[in-house]
Amino acid sequence: MKKFLTAILFAPVLAFAAGAELHLDKAPDKSNDQAALQNGAKVFVNYCLNCHSASYMRYNRLKDIGLTDAQVKDNLLFTADKVGEPMKIAMQRADAKTWFGAAPPDLTVIARARASEFGSGADWLYTYLRSFYRDEERPSGWNNVVFANVGMPHVLWELQGDQVMGADHKLKLVKPGTLKPEEFDAMVGDLVGYLKYMGEPVAEFRKQLGVIVLIFLAVFFVFAYALKREYWKDIH
Amino acid sequence: MSKVNALLKGTLDWVDERFPLTANWKAHLSEYYAPKNFNFWYFFGSLALLVLVIQIVTGIFLVMHFKPDASLNASGVPVAFASVEYIMRDVPWGWLIRYMHSTGASAFFVVVYMHMFRGLLYGSYRKPRELIWIFGMLIFLCLMAEAFFGYLLPWGQMSFWGAQVIVNLFSAIPLIGPDLSIWLRGDFVVGDSTLNRFFSFHVIAVPLVLLGLVAAHILALHEVGSNNPDGVEIKKKKDANGIPLDGIPFHPYYTLKDIVGVIVFLMAFSVIVFFMPEFGGYFLEYNNFFPADPLQTPLHIAPVWYFTPYYSILRAVTYPLFGIDAKFWGVVAMGASTLIIAFLPWLDRSPVKSIRYRGPLFKGFLAAFLVSFFILGYLGVLAPTPARTLVSQICSVIYFGFFLLMPIYSSLDKCQPEPDRVTTK
Repeated sequence: MKKFLTAILFAPVLAFAAGAELHLDKAPDKSNDQAALQNGAKVFVNYCLNCHSASYMRYNRLKDIGLTDAQVKDNLLFTADKVGEPMKIAMQRADAKTWFGAAPPDLTVIARARASEFGSGADWLYTYLRSFYRDEERPSGWNNVVFANVGMPHVLWELQGDQVMGADHKLKLVKPGTLKPEEFDAMVGDLVGYLKYMGEPVAEFRKQLGVIVLIFLAVFFVFAYALKREYWKDIH
Repeated sequence: MSKVNALLKGTLDWVDERFPLTANWKAHLSEYYAPKNFNFWYFFGSLALLVLVIQIVTGIFLVMHFKPDASLNASGVPVAFASVEYIMRDVPWGWLIRYMHSTGASAFFVVVYMHMFRGLLYGSYRKPRELIWIFGMLIFLCLMAEAFFGYLLPWGQMSFWGAQVIVNLFSAIPLIGPDLSIWLRGDFVVGDSTLNRFFSFHVIAVPLVLLGLVAAHILALHEVGSNNPDGVEIKKKKDANGIPLDGIPFHPYYTLKDIVGVIVFLMAFSVIVFFMPEFGGYFLEYNNFFPADPLQTPLHIAPVWYFTPYYSILRAVTYPLFGIDAKFWGVVAMGASTLIIAFLPWLDRSPVKSIRYRGPLFKGFLAAFLVSFFILGYLGVLAPTPARTLVSQICSVIYFGFFLLMPIYSSLDKCQPEPDRVTTK
């Protein structure tokens, strides 16, 4: 069975990555819904931005989703003094590692990093954030379907309530939270919409600019092709 | 008006007495006679030059803001990774410059593969163009080195582990291997010193060599003249003034035609840059949005698409030989698969150059080669399984068979006679 000891150097590297299929729920598209993105930003700074930084994202960049500097200052500026500062956190990484087993990752581009052949990064996050269940064997008391044995506890548990893993490998809500299931899903949808926006704030402008560039090139093509035809008409 | 013209002419004369400006303009553009029957495949040479310029110009601006530093910042993110995101967010138009550069890397390989395939179709490597082909192959090797060094710079997971895997390949060389790989990395693992030296190679060393080779490639081409889809020499039939009957001045004819090609290319390029810069994870791999983490090996490490055919050949070698590990022979096979292309001028024994007049044997081998090249490229993206390894072994044999059997099948082939002059359809 040397066949498997191929030319690859790191056995674990290319060992069988094709594990079980990952089934992801489709995240709702919020890219053109400013109210949803603003709500997502609110949820993000309240629930995520205590342990996770978003250190490449500046607060005042939120003008993209329709927020003024004054609005950001009054409502969202929890971890910095100036709106021009990035979304950093006070928690020390060494402490975080002791508490959770791994320092919580920076979330600025998480929606891009989590994309895979199973779905977009937004789909992964949307499924992940709704797939926590009670597991007494984990130090935090929580486990996750998408990210097995994750270090993060279920931060949104008061809102969603308690889920448990049934014998049929499906999640069941056994203790309701303060939000109804559809309200919770909508809130997570807004949060994931915001994370997707934050992953690439320029994405919407990029597409708008692309249309203009293509129109310019199309007009340019007409003239360039006409000129070429004119010069080439004597070549047979 | 005539005064202005006189002044311009005076200036030009002044320069021409000191530098062969007009002479060069004539030799390489206005009086360089190219065959009049160039088709679609002949756009890719000038497009490669365009992409080279895009890469150099965008690269200059990226270097102004990129920091080749693997140490962690206060938020626990490597400085190099964070500086790329700084370019994407805080540098005005930085996102566009960066996407043009990342898309340009893949576009370079698309264009160059098409350019090389054109050479295969029409026998452009045959006498007297052997040196053009060799210079071209050296450009291709430089391009692969440039892409490999550049891919480490964003310092994401795939950057790190890709470099780790490739540098480790050198450790397979008997005796000197382990020390050689440490010497290449400058460390026991890929680290800050690796990042800094790869940065240096990427922005200075390889581009310098690349530009010199491109100049040599074009000078050699303009010395012997361009081939064409019929594979016949236009210089054999000249008019009274010594101008090839089937030749037309490169400028204005091909400059204007190439501008049309450039616009079509830029439209395709813009669709990717503006609407799908990641290109489904093939141009920017998703995993590379995680910062490099030496303690966490990704489940699956795949090289970027343009390396995958050779990577498949590397993995296809699974038998140790002469008491040396299979890994070493995989490296040898991978190296051979890129170098063997350079020997085409001497492997091809066909009486004709162009596919238009070749017989069924060559066409069959070329088709099999093309299919196996695509299959190898596809399998290189995937994790290996026994079945996939077997398929890539078969395809590797076809890949090498195309080259090694060429002296036999190209001379046995039933070719049609070449025309005297070029044909236009």
